Amino acid sequence: MRIRILVSFKDSVLDPQGQTVKNALHTMGYAAVKDVRQGKVFELDLEGTTRKEAEALVPEIARRVLANPIIEKFDWEILKGR
Amino acid sequence: MIDKALLNRHNLTEDEYRLIVELIGKEPNLTELGIFSVMWSEHCGYKSSRVHLKKLPTEGARVVQGPGENAGVLDIGDGQVVVFKIESHNHPSFIEPYQGAATGVGGILRDIFTMGARPIAVMDSLRFGPLDNPKNRSVMEGVVSGISGYGNSIGVPTVGGEVYFDPCYELNPLVNVFCLGLADKDKIFYAKAEGAGNKVLYVGAKTGRDGIHGATMASAEFGEETEHKRPNVQVGDPFKEKLLLEACLEVMDRGLIVGIQDMGAAGLTCSITEMAAKGGMGIVVDLDQVPQREAGMTPYEILLSESQERMLLVAEPERVAAVQDVFAKWDLDAPVIGEVVEGGRARISFKGEVVVDIPVDAVVNLCPAYDRPITPPSPPPPAPTLGALPLPDDLDDVLLRLLASPTIADKEWVFRQYDHMVQLNTVFLPGADAAVLRIKGSKKALAMTLDCNSLYTRLDPRTGARIAVAEACRNLACVGARPIGVTNCLNFGNPEKPEVMGQFEQAVTGLAEACRTFGIPVTGGNVSFYNDTEGLSIHPTPVLGIVGIIDDIRKAVRPGFRAAGDAVVLIGENLEEVGGTEYLRIAHGLEAGAPPAIDLEQEKRNQECLLELIDAGLVRSAHDLSEGGLAVALAECAFASEGKTGCEIDLEDGLREDALLFGESQSRIIMTCRRANLGRVLELLAARGVPARAIGRVGGDAVAVSRKGREILRVPVETGLRAWKDSLPGFFRVRT
Amino acid sequence: MKFGVVRFPGSNCDFDAYHVLLNVMKRPTVMLWHKDHDLQGVDCVVLPGGFAYGDYLRVGAIARFSPLMQEVKTFADGGGRVLGICNGFQVLLELGLLPGAMLRNIHLKFLCQHVHIRVEDARTDFTRAAKKGQVLRIPIAHFDGNYYAPPRVLRDIERNGQVVFRYCDAGGRVTPEANVNGSMAGIAGVRNTAGNVLGLMPHPERASEALLGSEDGRAIFESLVLSLGRRKPAGRPAPGKKARHDR
Repeated sequence: MRIRILVSFKDSVLDPQGQTVKNALHTMGYAAVKDVRQGKVFELDLEGTTRKEAEALVPEIARRVLANPIIEKFDWEILKGR
Repeated sequence: MIDKALLNRHNLTEDEYRLIVELIGKEPNLTELGIFSVMWSEHCGYKSSRVHLKKLPTEGARVVQGPGENAGVLDIGDGQVVVFKIESHNHPSFIEPYQGAATGVGGILRDIFTMGARPIAVMDSLRFGPLDNPKNRSVMEGVVSGISGYGNSIGVPTVGGEVYFDPCYELNPLVNVFCLGLADKDKIFYAKAEGAGNKVLYVGAKTGRDGIHGATMASAEFGEETEHKRPNVQVGDPFKEKLLLEACLEVMDRGLIVGIQDMGAAGLTCSITEMAAKGGMGIVVDLDQVPQREAGMTPYEILLSESQERMLLVAEPERVAAVQDVFAKWDLDAPVIGEVVEGGRARISFKGEVVVDIPVDAVVNLCPAYDRPITPPSPPPPAPTLGALPLPDDLDDVLLRLLASPTIADKEWVFRQYDHMVQLNTVFLPGADAAVLRIKGSKKALAMTLDCNSLYTRLDPRTGARIAVAEACRNLACVGARPIGVTNCLNFGNPEKPEVMGQFEQAVTGLAEACRTFGIPVTGGNVSFYNDTEGLSIHPTPVLGIVGIIDDIRKAVRPGFRAAGDAVVLIGENLEEVGGTEYLRIAHGLEAGAPPAIDLEQEKRNQECLLELIDAGLVRSAHDLSEGGLAVALAECAFASEGKTGCEIDLEDGLREDALLFGESQSRIIMTCRRANLGRVLELLAARGVPARAIGRVGGDAVAVSRKGREILRVPVETGLRAWKDSLPGFFRVRT
Repeated sequence: MKFGVVRFPGSNCDFDAYHVLLNVMKRPTVMLWHKDHDLQGVDCVVLPGGFAYGDYLRVGAIARFSPLMQEVKTFADGGGRVLGICNGFQVLLELGLLPGAMLRNIHLKFLCQHVHIRVEDARTDFTRAAKKGQVLRIPIAHFDGNYYAPPRVLRDIERNGQVVFRYCDAGGRVTPEANVNGSMAGIAGVRNTAGNVLGLMPHPERASEALLGSEDGRAIFESLVLSLGRRKPAGRPAPGKKARHDR
């Protein structure tokens, strides 16, 4: 089972890297881009785990290791196919 | 099977191919051809340069190891040695600035710790196109970030360097990285595989397809590789290198290994063949034991990969377990991949079959050396005589423009990104004439600097090279250090062009002359040819890295003015020399004229006398004159002073004002002393045959220069400081 | 008294801290390997600067899971003194021994330079050799020194007097210009509520010898030596219950 976890800064946290990317896009003429937030993608390959087990396991992994709950939030999904 | 097109892709000539066949007694297979291709490349084989490099002086009482090993080694007394070298990573830094520069740092660090020395300092010499072009800014940002990212992570301070800007570097930026390490004299390790039956171990990162150059493998027997597996840029992992460094130093400290070599250019191929050749032995390797991070790698790919952060070790069989334990402690694998044998051949197998069987001597020692055709460099375009050059109305403004020109301006924007303090040895932070590092437990200190004015070397390669050495030694003298050794990074264009070879030959000649005069041996270095794109070649750029010793760190001297009232003394003579100056370039848009003259013997006398004065405790500050001449040097002394104190200078020279203020005559130093000691100082200088005179005093809030009582320059220190300090940040301010 | 300096793979300033404690402060000091479970009876644990585990994932994020850090947590919970410098501070934040988190420097560049910090509280075990309001000139060298705490946490920290150092100018004024990395409220160092754990981003070990430019950092080590010599329980807990954010 392949899991994709997206970790990004909480809305209340300033993201200067996202801001820099936004400014660069504006400089290049992409005025339609109103905001940019930068995050991290983790893809986990789980073996021998049921969907129900994953629903408990993945948030635990995300909370404990992959994200710092003080400044980051996370979203996750099970990827279709291989 | 081996056709001209294949040879071309491998950068081998037909003559070279015939020589290979003769040397190994058979036609090489594809993998063996690949091996010769990298080992006989210009970068590894020094084909075009060897003939000229022989002219350089390499011997001296302190030399423990000269050119030919991973780095040079000099004895500094008290049972210690310094291990140092400079290397280039130019072409990768244009393609991928961050990783090109980062892996350049990684490579030179390995060259140092592979000898058993803990790296304690890094310096870099960087050259880019002008900053008004966003592409050049982007390359510079990437390079500085790359050096910063790698050096900071691994915990070696970047303590100095230089940054130059010129249009000739726009398509060929130069990134030369210098590293120095400290070791005990009796604990140095060499890249030799000795002792038949000793085991060969591979340590560090897994091998991937990084940086495999050239040849497209179309042949079916070498696999069904598709385009996405093609060679990519080398990516560095400083964390891996830090683990490697600690583990290697540990096994060396405990005497567990016999020989060690890092895998740099030409990867496994180079270390296998060089270690065997240097030990006069042969070597047997099983590629199946090589840790790989990609599936389906062919022997060609495994051998030519330039994956970073890998070393090859040789250990006695009884020690292998202990070695592997140390590496396991640092979470690194250290599999045995082969054995040292008699016979002088490299026999490499893959999946049970021998895929390489060649004499190592042919690969390592018998690479042809070429004496390429030379056209002596044409004389520089003549500069107009001073009389024909208009004297600018506003000389204050000229000084401000010089201070703001990126080559002269403050480089804090750069060095603030480098951790220059880690390891607690940095006594003089970046910005002084040379970096000064203490040696813990001793009152000795090390000083080091990188120098080259490439405009001088373009106008006259031999004089330019002599000046590069003289200036580096002068920088060392100004902090109170005596030079002990040299490493050089020779960056040139295409050696197949006779004019370039002519520049090279002249530059090496000038280098040799200057090193002999100062009595300093060249302990090693690097040659980077082919810095040439779309017909535009770089200026000949021989970068010198010179290391010096300060006997007593408490006597080391800084460039800044100390206190109002101190006397300012000019050592050296002001001559009318505006050829090749920054002034001529910036105020008149000309790069012409012969560079300033250099009298090496006089330069040496001036420096030695300064050192005597420093030793006697008579010097309060010292700074050498270089780009921008007297006016810029005085301003720099003011900027470096704690109180931002200026100076009041009165000169008697009859030169025209611009030549007097901005000419770049060599062998000149500004020093200050207490008024009470002025007599003694001038007496000693005269006794040593060094031209010198008192030219004024420290004080006031401006850099003020008069001639025979009539003021010719007055720039408030604050104004000059703003122009100097704000220049580089101004180019990189984030635009919204 | 004995000091212990923790060594992670990738720690760089471990030997620097060791040198200052052993050769400058002249106290017995040992190196503590991250894989061990033995704190060797030290009275104070120092977590040095560097790039533990390459700073991969997040600064300090992986280091906190090492076996030795479990021992350090127990040691701290029992009142043992722990000093986190730069990367060490980041590890303490990830471990929850100190409140808040670190973000990338606001101008997105690594900064190596001298800064000034003001001592906000001179009653802690790490600052009793200094005076309140004293200005210390100490270098920083970091990419991720931008201190952040959610609003409620920040309020609690300030109310409890847990801010021990703030970035300031040479005259001791806390100004935006003096705050080169963008830290909230100019915070350069904080302690836990019990006062036995301190983290700061500047490197006091780099300012402990006159030869290297400043001796102001010695005050922190001298304070520790003073405090450890007193044999009193570690600090007085601040008034109020143990805050929720001390994870």
